[in-house]
Amino acid sequence: MGSYPLIFELSKEGRTGFELPELDVPAKDINNLIPEEMQRKTEPDLPEVAEVDVVRHYIGLSRRNFGVDNGFYPLGSCTMKYNPKVNEDTSRLAGFAELHPYVPEELAQGALELLYDAEQYLKEITGMDRFTFQPAAGAHGEFTGLMIIKAYLEKKGEKRTKVIVPDSAHGTNPATAAMCGFDVISIKSNDRGLVDPEELAKVLDNDVAALMLTNPNTLGLFEEEIVKIAKMVHDVGGLLYYDGANLNAIMGVTRPGDMGFDVMHINLHKTFSTPHGGGGPGSGPVGVKAHLAEFLPVPVVEKDGDRYYFNYNLPNSIGKVRTFYGNFLVVVKAYTYLKALGGEGLTDVSQKAVLNANYLREKLKKYFYLPYDRLCKHEFVLSGKWQKEKGVRTLDIAKRLLDYGVHPPTIYFPLIVDEALMIEPTETESKETLDRFIEVMLTINREVEENPELLHEAPHVTPVKRLDEVGAARNPILRWSKDWQK
Amino acid sequence: MSVVPKDLKYSREHEWIKVDGNIGVIGITDFAQKSLGDIVFIELPGVGDEISAGDSFGVVESVKAASDLYAPVSGKVVEVNEEVIESPQLVNEDPYGKGWMIKVEISNEAELDELLSPEDYEKLLEEEGE
Repeated sequence: MGSYPLIFELSKEGRTGFELPELDVPAKDINNLIPEEMQRKTEPDLPEVAEVDVVRHYIGLSRRNFGVDNGFYPLGSCTMKYNPKVNEDTSRLAGFAELHPYVPEELAQGALELLYDAEQYLKEITGMDRFTFQPAAGAHGEFTGLMIIKAYLEKKGEKRTKVIVPDSAHGTNPATAAMCGFDVISIKSNDRGLVDPEELAKVLDNDVAALMLTNPNTLGLFEEEIVKIAKMVHDVGGLLYYDGANLNAIMGVTRPGDMGFDVMHINLHKTFSTPHGGGGPGSGPVGVKAHLAEFLPVPVVEKDGDRYYFNYNLPNSIGKVRTFYGNFLVVVKAYTYLKALGGEGLTDVSQKAVLNANYLREKLKKYFYLPYDRLCKHEFVLSGKWQKEKGVRTLDIAKRLLDYGVHPPTIYFPLIVDEALMIEPTETESKETLDRFIEVMLTINREVEENPELLHEAPHVTPVKRLDEVGAARNPILRWSKDWQK
Repeated sequence: MSVVPKDLKYSREHEWIKVDGNIGVIGITDFAQKSLGDIVFIELPGVGDEISAGDSFGVVESVKAASDLYAPVSGKVVEVNEEVIESPQLVNEDPYGKGWMIKVEISNEAELDELLSPEDYEKLLEEEGE
């Protein structure tokens, strides 16, 4: 475990890798800039290393890393599709990358046009009427969306207290509702893995502010009764929130706006191919129907003739949820992807994502228990319960996959499936890659019979072996200190 | 098979309660600790707090999941097991003994009749695929 040192442990007193240039502006007294009580009294513990040490250290770490650029990454719910490198080119264009957020509008017309156009495309894809790009990622988008719902209800003079989430929901949904001050009402899925209209009817009343739903849902199954569900919620005066986590399954086929949703977020970093999971900041634009547009964060981008401008004049806005305009360069990457693929291309993306998931589901279901056995959308959930009966847990299977150079699927989620394995191959994987994954899963399934110990101790070939997750959670060491190793 | 002692009452959310006079000792069942796996964190109310039947009174977290604890009865918390907060593994090791969580002064004894008998709880476990 300790085989790879922290950069702090490479530190040698007095060693440096840089030299600051001569001061070419008048020196100022720090006491005039920072109040004395806010100045630190001791030197910070920074690593003292040469440039070559820094480079070797981080290159070494990057070689131990696993990302979608190294191999197959079927992490369910996360849409770890390959991110085209052209996105990196466009987002590094100096006109975008070096643009100052306070530059006058007339000198940033290109950037404003891009935001404006990106909004038009997202509106077309989702059936929503307006978007904000401020939220920094999905959960931030959920928060923004529910705050908009809250503002809308308050303006109508209604004090509604409840938000309904299905028991298969992403954990961020109930967390968001709680953060926004709502009571969370969880409803059980039916035996088909879907929202049960009868269960929903039981909890619907005039206190319901919203239902939060993702469609296809967390099991990768399409909520077929969505139109009916939307009507039920609207009939009691509640709104519908669409969690865009699974948007990759439906582009060009159906739209949340047409299903009856009032507010939604999109994870640009999932559906629209920008790096995530340690690879870059996210972006969680929030889209609303027209009746909610007045509550969006300011500014929104608008167009007057040929001129683009920021509109700050939304008196009922919930306010800003992030500095400036959100993670703008992530929007540039997503815009590049949108432009490169176009409408037909995006439809093809969703269809291939669904095809790939169904191919894997069909090939694996004989060997791994499939609790909801029917056509799925972009992902599906297997259960390791047959393997568990033989003494091998899903965690062991996941660890063993690492030995074969595959990133494991999401495990133990959703909670309604015992020993869950949530698999999302995405559209960017070839049949050869999918076939290799099937072969690896079948090999591991044979190992369950023949050599379960091998799985209990996996992984064997990775730089770091089986982690003591329980020990890490019970006795976490969260900060390095000089005395740590003593 | 999970252990279901005969001298306790059970909630549908897998809490047990042992009644002694007007004092109830509350914890989670063997089935619950097995389903959660290795427990790493427990949050409990403070002495003097009021809890009400069916509402969450704390949180238990394992490597796999976080789950609310639901009060089987209403009442005032009179004692909290500080030892399980320090060493959550006690709940895995001894869910009905050292793994107890809180003691409450029961405010409405009629609520006890709403709880499951050991036999009914075993049936519930069967339904849940135990």
